[in-house]
Amino acid sequence: MIKLEGVGKSYRAGEAEVRALRDVELTVDDGDFVAIMGPSGSGKSTMMNILGCLDVPSEGRYLLDGIDVSGMSDDELAAIRNGKIGLVFQSYNLLPRTTALANVELPLVYGNQRARRSRAMRALEEVGLADRASHLPNQLSGGQQQRVAIARALVTRPTMILADEPTGNLDTEASCEIAEMLRRLSAAGRTVVLITHEEEIAAYARRVVRLRDGRIVSDTRRGLPDDVTQEIQRAGADA
Amino acid sequence: MTLRLAFVMAWRGLRANRLRSLLTMLGIMIGVAAVILLVALGNGTSARLNSQLEALGTNLIGVFQARGSVSEGGQSQPLTDRDVEALRDSNEAPRFVTVTPVKQASAVLKGQYGTWRTSIVGSSQDYPAALNRTIDVGKFFSESQVKTRARVVVLGPQPVREIFGGIPAAALGQQVRIGSQTFEVTGVLEPNGQQDDVAVMPITAARTYLVDGGADDRVDQLVVQATGQDAVPAAMAKVERVLMDSHRIDDPTQKDFEVRSNLDLLEQYGEVTAVFTVFLASIAAIALLVGGIGVMNIMLVTVTERTREIGLRKALGARRRTVLEQFLVESTVLSGIGGSVGVVLGVGLCLLGERFGAAFGDFAPPQLSLPSVLLAFTVSLCIGLFFGAYPAKRAARLRPIEALRYE
Repeated sequence: MIKLEGVGKSYRAGEAEVRALRDVELTVDDGDFVAIMGPSGSGKSTMMNILGCLDVPSEGRYLLDGIDVSGMSDDELAAIRNGKIGLVFQSYNLLPRTTALANVELPLVYGNQRARRSRAMRALEEVGLADRASHLPNQLSGGQQQRVAIARALVTRPTMILADEPTGNLDTEASCEIAEMLRRLSAAGRTVVLITHEEEIAAYARRVVRLRDGRIVSDTRRGLPDDVTQEIQRAGADA
Repeated sequence: MTLRLAFVMAWRGLRANRLRSLLTMLGIMIGVAAVILLVALGNGTSARLNSQLEALGTNLIGVFQARGSVSEGGQSQPLTDRDVEALRDSNEAPRFVTVTPVKQASAVLKGQYGTWRTSIVGSSQDYPAALNRTIDVGKFFSESQVKTRARVVVLGPQPVREIFGGIPAAALGQQVRIGSQTFEVTGVLEPNGQQDDVAVMPITAARTYLVDGGADDRVDQLVVQATGQDAVPAAMAKVERVLMDSHRIDDPTQKDFEVRSNLDLLEQYGEVTAVFTVFLASIAAIALLVGGIGVMNIMLVTVTERTREIGLRKALGARRRTVLEQFLVESTVLSGIGGSVGVVLGVGLCLLGERFGAAFGDFAPPQLSLPSVLLAFTVSLCIGLFFGAYPAKRAARLRPIEALRYE
């Protein structure tokens, strides 16, 4: 379970103090699929950094599986990111000149885990790319690269998969594929938090949280995912 | 993270920029090869000097009359045949192999094809052994020839060249006029590069027939041959005791003679060549240092270039230490490979120099020293660690959010 309690974050930008997030309260239950939306400058990226333990809040508490990560050191945060969070980025961020399998293995290397090869292979199977294990990133399509990135996020069995604009660099078909994959993962019991500005992608989520000026302005639950899927596919066909 | 994986990552990183890695290695390579080669050249030169000095005989002790007046007035007594006898007759340990008197003069030789002024040495039958000389043709004079003041002479290669056309065999048995007397050439010395312009005759003959000879029993120099290099200090002490006794001197500061060994000279040369070798090695060390700066430069570029990658690794859970290790391993592999190739290059050049150096004339062949090879290689590894430390630290300190955003 993920819980933000009165979380705020302010930066110093030259003379001015920027309050990127203020007084955010958010609880995400295990197995939920939450989309976080908002225009640019709404605090989405800051939210992503804090949820992903890449940054610590300046006010409030962030509880991840009941552990308060607010005051942790760099190395402690690294260990939390490694074990409890699976990050997926807009630009995939796969290591170049490194096979898909080795890329997926990387978090296990940093976590000093055993049976790395077989676990990485299983994660690749989960995203349907077992047959591409020995391919290099530049031999894969954008959608496939993002699936490798998702496998890399899955491989440590994290508490939460945190995807930051995962479809930002993809065409509509590949975007739907990725969104569908995230939905399936959540249906299989994984917690997924998706940050996006695309309504079509957010529509795959069960719950949509909207941010504006660093505050949560709405928090709604959608109906059945199947209806949504049809709606999106229609929208895709129109476009 | 295991070290094996760190090596795999380092290798991948270096291969990604082959030319750049190669050029950086080249700096270390040249430094290491230079250290090995220059130290070997220094050692070679010093070894050759030593062997030349050893050819003069490291077991030899020279005795000379002290120059000038002795302290507290008094005339210094010359060395005489009595001193030679005293040294020969002493039963004290250690034993002397030979005690050889040397009397020096200068005279004009007149032979078949010309005349030539050369230095004359009057000595005993032990002269070749005492001065490490070998006979090219003929033979040296004998003890009985010394006793009978025989008019025989053994020539050095230079007078043979000047008055017998350079053919030693042609000089054998020929007559040579020295002063007002005729001498028979009984042998020719092999050259030793030190004293080749010389004519050696029995000391008795020199005294009898040469201008400054006569009834005088003086000797210019004594050469005492100890049983070996190790026996030299004890032998020198004995020479001093015996001669002080013979000259009736009680106080060592009143000594009117000097005792010197080739070993002293060897030590002095050793000091000079050691300084020379250190000097060469420091020049090479500067080359190695410059190579190290090259490593640091390239590692800084690498860290900047791979900022995003570092950010990603940290986002996936790499700790500071892990990132630090990765870049340290990379810089050490870089300098280690450079060092290994440098060792091969340096050793190769030394071996080439040993084989073909002679073709370049008077050239002391380089002499490889294992410690210098090991040291140069170890230093190259340490350079990787030392000059890689700052870039690696910079990489380890990068904040993942900023690093991921870096373009």
